[in-house]
Amino acid sequence: MSGTDVIYQTEALIAEDIEAYLDLHQHKSMLRFITCGSVDDGKSTLIGRLLYDSKMIFEDQLAALENDSKKVGTQGQEIDFALLVDGLAAEREQGITIDVAYRFFSTEKRKFIVADCPGHEQYTRNMVTGASTADLAVILIDARKGVLTQTRRHSYLCHLIGIRNLVLAVNKMDLVGYSQDVDDKIIADYAEFAKSIGIETFTAMPISGFKGDNITAPSENTPWYRGPTLVDHLETVEVNSARDAQKPFRMPVQWVNRPNLDFRGFSGLVATGTVKPGDEVRVLPSGKTSKVTRIVTLDGDLEEAVAGESVTVCFADEIDCSRGSVIAVAANPPQVADQFETTLVWLNDEAMHVGRSYWLKLGAQMVSATVQQPKYAVNVNTMERIAVKTLDLNAIGVAEITTDKAVVFEAYADNRALGGFILIDKMTNATVAAGMLNFSLRRSQNVHWQALDISREAHSALKNQQPAVLWFTGLSGSGKSTIANLVEKKLHRMNRHTFLLDGDNVRHGLNKDLGFTEADRIENIRRVAEVAKLMTDAGLIVITAFISPFRAEREMVRGLIADGEFLEVFIDTPLSVAEERDVKGLYKKARSGQLKNFTGIDSPYEAPINPEIHIDTTVMTPEEAANVIVDKLLGDA
Amino acid sequence: MADLHAKSTLTHIQRLEAEAIHIMREVVAEATNPVMLYSVGKDSAVMLHLARKAFYPSQPPFPLLHVDTTWKFKAMYELRERMAKESGMELLVYQNPEAAERGINPFDHGPLHTDMWKTEGLKQALDKWGFDAAFGGARRDEEKSRAKERIFSFRTASHGWDPKNQRPELWNIYNARKNKGESIRVFPISNWTELDIWQYIRLNDVPIVPLYFAAKRPTFEWEGGLFMADDLPRLEKVLGYRPEIKERSIRFRTLGCFPLTGAVESAATTLNEVIQETLLTTTSERQGRVIDKDAGGAGMEVKKQQGYF
Repeated sequence: MSGTDVIYQTEALIAEDIEAYLDLHQHKSMLRFITCGSVDDGKSTLIGRLLYDSKMIFEDQLAALENDSKKVGTQGQEIDFALLVDGLAAEREQGITIDVAYRFFSTEKRKFIVADCPGHEQYTRNMVTGASTADLAVILIDARKGVLTQTRRHSYLCHLIGIRNLVLAVNKMDLVGYSQDVDDKIIADYAEFAKSIGIETFTAMPISGFKGDNITAPSENTPWYRGPTLVDHLETVEVNSARDAQKPFRMPVQWVNRPNLDFRGFSGLVATGTVKPGDEVRVLPSGKTSKVTRIVTLDGDLEEAVAGESVTVCFADEIDCSRGSVIAVAANPPQVADQFETTLVWLNDEAMHVGRSYWLKLGAQMVSATVQQPKYAVNVNTMERIAVKTLDLNAIGVAEITTDKAVVFEAYADNRALGGFILIDKMTNATVAAGMLNFSLRRSQNVHWQALDISREAHSALKNQQPAVLWFTGLSGSGKSTIANLVEKKLHRMNRHTFLLDGDNVRHGLNKDLGFTEADRIENIRRVAEVAKLMTDAGLIVITAFISPFRAEREMVRGLIADGEFLEVFIDTPLSVAEERDVKGLYKKARSGQLKNFTGIDSPYEAPINPEIHIDTTVMTPEEAANVIVDKLLGDA
Repeated sequence: MADLHAKSTLTHIQRLEAEAIHIMREVVAEATNPVMLYSVGKDSAVMLHLARKAFYPSQPPFPLLHVDTTWKFKAMYELRERMAKESGMELLVYQNPEAAERGINPFDHGPLHTDMWKTEGLKQALDKWGFDAAFGGARRDEEKSRAKERIFSFRTASHGWDPKNQRPELWNIYNARKNKGESIRVFPISNWTELDIWQYIRLNDVPIVPLYFAAKRPTFEWEGGLFMADDLPRLEKVLGYRPEIKERSIRFRTLGCFPLTGAVESAATTLNEVIQETLLTTTSERQGRVIDKDAGGAGMEVKKQQGYF
């Protein structure tokens, strides 16, 4: 049956028995797929063709299309389907797709959501975005060009994101005379590559998006091809949600539903498996168990909920469960850990900062996470592993991640919903990376906290003081050390137990292995923060004097220290003044290029936005400044 | 719902519904002051129904906001009041005082009407109540630039949209963290098509404005389109003449301000007939609206960069 016949029959059914048509369409399933290929492989044309053949283009759009085709089209007098899908004004001018666009069409059997993904190297992040929700990928190849670097890269990315259904669409067959030899050669080349990166199966088909060969109907031009048409294949391939339903039950809790004192339910989307009233469930990370009593929806209670449904679940017992918890089948729960090996795709212009603290969002869980130096990155063109210090935009690498709280998880390969995560920059709030958990590291299961009998309260009570950290920050030569010294002397005279951690002194001992690169500076601050934290546990008032130029690191320290015990002290001296003083002669060296990465000169200083104490040294003597700080500390304490 | 065989693979409508509910719950969990933009059209009707499902038995924990132009159809104002009452949600109505004062209307002011009442009105309303997240019923199949917009779409403090600098959106994990002054527009029904909307209304008996169904209504022709004379005295005042009124059996495919929304002649009086007509029709949905054509091919994209929803 040809595509036109299908459309005709559909129209006849709509016209003659709309009720029957709607009932038929009510039971359609949904498939999400992406199309990827190089710039001129014909992605937009293929999608335009699918929309056209499934009658998703209306007459007025068609008229506009014919008009546009003549004006800006690349196909002469013929219809340029690509114009249907290239949305943004900038792209129309450049003739390329620059962002992920989503398109919709349906056939009798399925509704389809297509992510149209750009082929440029710099837009790997868009492709990963499109692939993350896809059940299937159509990899387009220009029959004239064969397997290209971009083909390999896109296939690798799809495989990495876990797409199991790959379609190799050998496009533009009309331009190679529908040659079977060309098709065979491309398939053989691709098969060899696919095997090398672990792709087990793929479905190849010779098509022409432009002419419509093997899209909805078998083409007379390729009598040698006996496989399904593209649409046939899309209509029958297994969707992810069907597989997810077979896995053990997991539901991340998004929201606690508590309209009144008599009702307490837990709302979420069932990630995998099924759940019924009476099922024994376990809530992670607490590990407490209970029985499901009801599955509540506006349409009435359900007898069963399956993967992909949004529901509200009630328990027989009042157990600890909140946003971020995961409800799972009691006998087979997911794991909980705080150290992982992960695969990261870096999505941000600013490269990854080793040791910096990012937000990690996984399902409804949000924790702080730090990334170690990558074990390796993957060259997406050659699939070689390369040694790197960090990950730049569009880089893919494997790195260990440590979280500040335990995370309920499963390996990404087993469960996308519990293994896929994003990293968020704490300052800019940008989504900087997509991550996939590979496995948890043994270490995190073996290192336990030693419970101590003498508590931090006991320590501070004995010293009769409230522990605190006075965190001085400012340019080199701003007067941090001078003022910090005065503050400590004053406190000492007042019988306070203090300790001053000074930047230079620490670098002679604890941190003598660290240099002044950005990564080393972050590690320097992290270590000092941990020491300061131990000292506050011992009941001390800790004074630190470090340039600490990055906001993110100072926020990391703030997060580490108990609430209310961290006071950021901004020693505000303009660069010109500090440089003029140049007590240690460092500015002179930096200006002459003998000293690299010097804050204020060739490395940025990010001033505090809302410090607890702000000292303007151009209007205050060090003595006055010290008094202000001591008053603020003891007044607050 | 006891049909277990049918449940093993969810239908597309079930998946779209579950996705929209998931999105709404994420917003409520992470935003400090969310609101649902309610325009009384069929997409808003579906969105409101989804919100009631998402939080049941609780009420949706946010108010409805109608950015009013004073030029909506009477039947829309009626349904608005009814739905606010039925859902128990707070209904906020905002009309840009400057547009009211200057008597901005679609006949004399053309594109300025949309700009002042809707674009400016929306910005003012969001600022007035300090909403940091606003649900909107836009769909990606409506218009080309919508097709590229994220589900969580960020706006600068001045409500601008930067299409080249959108956050990547992976799996169903949404980054709802905002910078100071930023707000989020959230589109829970991004992935729905017009047919999905109709299908959902049919399956769930979602109440919609009667204007979607054909009936004999007073109409007049203006600038090549067919319009309904919803408020004749007012119409006469702004047009400066009494248009020739003719009774026709008409309905609307999309509802906006009555002078900006073209009617189609139709005999479809039931939901099934409306859907049938929609499926067999040969003009796309937004064609009835004037807004897309304002600035050539890039009309909506430009409007969105300026802060239009």
